Amino acid sequence: MSELIHPLHRYIRPGITGTTNCPGCGNGIVAQAILRAIDELNMTLDDFVFVTGIGCSAWIPSPFFNVDVLHTTHGRPIAFALGIKMGLPGKKVMVTSGDGDLAAIGGNHLIHNARRNIEMVVICLNNSIYGMTGGQAAPTTPFGLKTATTPYGTYENPLDISQLVIAAGASLVARWTTYQVRQLTASIKKAINKKGFSFIEVITQCPVQFGRKTGSGSAVQMLKEYKEKSINIKDAAQLTPAELQNRIIVGELVDRELPEMLTEIKKIQARAQGEEK
Amino acid sequence: MKNKRVLTGKYFMMGNIACAEGALAAGCELAAGYPITPASEIANRLAERLPQVGGIFLQMEDEISSIAAIIGASWTGKKVMTATSGPGISLMLENIGFAVGVETPCVIVNVQRGAPTTGMPTAGVTGDMVQPKRGSHGDYEIIALCPASPQEMFDHTVIAFNLAEKYRVPVFVLADAFVGHMREEVVIPEAEKIPIAYRKVPEPGTDPLKIKGFLDEDVAPMPLFGRGFRAHVTSSCHDEYGRRNLSDLPALDNFVRKLSNKILKHKKDIVMVEKDYQGAEIVLVSYGAVSRAAKTAVQFGREQGLPVGLLRLITPWPFPEEELAEMAQQVKKVIVLENNLGQLYPYIKAAAAPFSEVYFLPPQVIGEIHDPEYILGRIREVL
Repeated sequence: MSELIHPLHRYIRPGITGTTNCPGCGNGIVAQAILRAIDELNMTLDDFVFVTGIGCSAWIPSPFFNVDVLHTTHGRPIAFALGIKMGLPGKKVMVTSGDGDLAAIGGNHLIHNARRNIEMVVICLNNSIYGMTGGQAAPTTPFGLKTATTPYGTYENPLDISQLVIAAGASLVARWTTYQVRQLTASIKKAINKKGFSFIEVITQCPVQFGRKTGSGSAVQMLKEYKEKSINIKDAAQLTPAELQNRIIVGELVDRELPEMLTEIKKIQARAQGEEK
Repeated sequence: MKNKRVLTGKYFMMGNIACAEGALAAGCELAAGYPITPASEIANRLAERLPQVGGIFLQMEDEISSIAAIIGASWTGKKVMTATSGPGISLMLENIGFAVGVETPCVIVNVQRGAPTTGMPTAGVTGDMVQPKRGSHGDYEIIALCPASPQEMFDHTVIAFNLAEKYRVPVFVLADAFVGHMREEVVIPEAEKIPIAYRKVPEPGTDPLKIKGFLDEDVAPMPLFGRGFRAHVTSSCHDEYGRRNLSDLPALDNFVRKLSNKILKHKKDIVMVEKDYQGAEIVLVSYGAVSRAAKTAVQFGREQGLPVGLLRLITPWPFPEEELAEMAQQVKKVIVLENNLGQLYPYIKAAAAPFSEVYFLPPQVIGEIHDPEYILGRIREVL
């Protein structure tokens, strides 16, 4: 009997034999969606540099992908990624990180690089909780939920990260859950080829911290919930805000053409060198 | 001036401008920063000059992202820098530790100002002398230089870039508002007379699994991004191959010691001091702007027949204890001059006190360079 090898196994760093993800974690689904997107675009990991922050989802490319990867400080991956893209404009730069990393401690860099519209792909795995540190409330935790640091329930309004990034000026913003794997893969493919800042929010399950602490249940229960709650942005347009309460609006939220930073810098360099007025 | 990296010639130039020109002469390709007094002229000049030579200046949203962006760019092979003052360094400290941890060449200029906290931005106070070495968490070594003139703002910036390349480490230029804003003669040599260093990189085509890109006391080749090395670069505890290890204490021990030994092993190559204490009984130890007053005091003292000499620390880090001990064995007394309440004094005392009496002389007013007559008064008291 021949050995069965996962078709995406060739993208995994040699010597990596296990995962640090908890059972049921959404990281694996997103990792596969990223690799499928790259595979379907007939690209290789040598076309990419990955950058991650701190948190469970930061470990997707570091160490698992066999790629140039910079595993950085908490909240700062996009700022590091900006420097990398400046140095390697011909490479695709992709950031994978969590909602805490990108929207809490790193919120400033998220806003300003969306504003700069620097060409890169940022995949935000939003599990609405701090998973690695043991289930503390995040800026995305639904109002009233009990967590390790909100034993009586959260008393803060949650942040809609995608809306923030849209307002800041990103070219492409999409939101999916780990239930919509094919749509997610299609959005990642589109983001990789987008000339501008692409942000993909993936609502993902953390059965161990979010599920257990909040009573949302197992990974399967959480995925079922995503299926039931998800509503495409086109269908959502027909509903009132009251009807949309407690729903997850998914789909391509924004796809627009805006000046991209690297392109603009090249113009500035030409101007400084006296090649154009 | 357009399209020229090295502006060979003789100028009446501000220290901060000389710093920016030193960066260009050394091959800086990308700088990132955030405006702050008294360092802003460096950013302004780089923003004007870098695009002229095909480089990039990024004005970032804060100092945290400034240092992050230059570290990212350094990993693509670019020569990079940022310039700021104390509050900016305070914000950068976590990522300075990151740069040390993943062995990233970069130059960080601190034009020091009146502190603590927001302090007095235009006052020249060398209040951040220990911060680059001890400010980020954990044990680590960096390299720092202390310019005392606009000419040295140029020269030390060039040296800083070369040391950063050679040792894959953040190198600090610890200026202050005096030296940064001072205007003096600056001579920029011809390009071919400026020595330029480049980091070691693995041979193209090297099997990624065989690249030992980290933790070599003689400096590992840097597995730059975009060259097929598939580099795994993490600031978490890692081994020579960059592989993360978060469970074995010997791995942590290796990580901590190798990073520090990489600098300490090569102290003889790195450390620079200016010595002028032949036959002296009493030596003034100083650095930066204060060393100008010390030199004048030594000159006046000798004219008056006082047996006085001078030792100037050009590189306060790695700390030159051997040079201090050597000096202290030849003289009777040492007076340490700093424009602060004694930041390097405990280190200097520890090195010199076994051999000579060591005194500290703060300025009469913090932020005012010592009056040479005030220094002479202290020399007479101590003699």
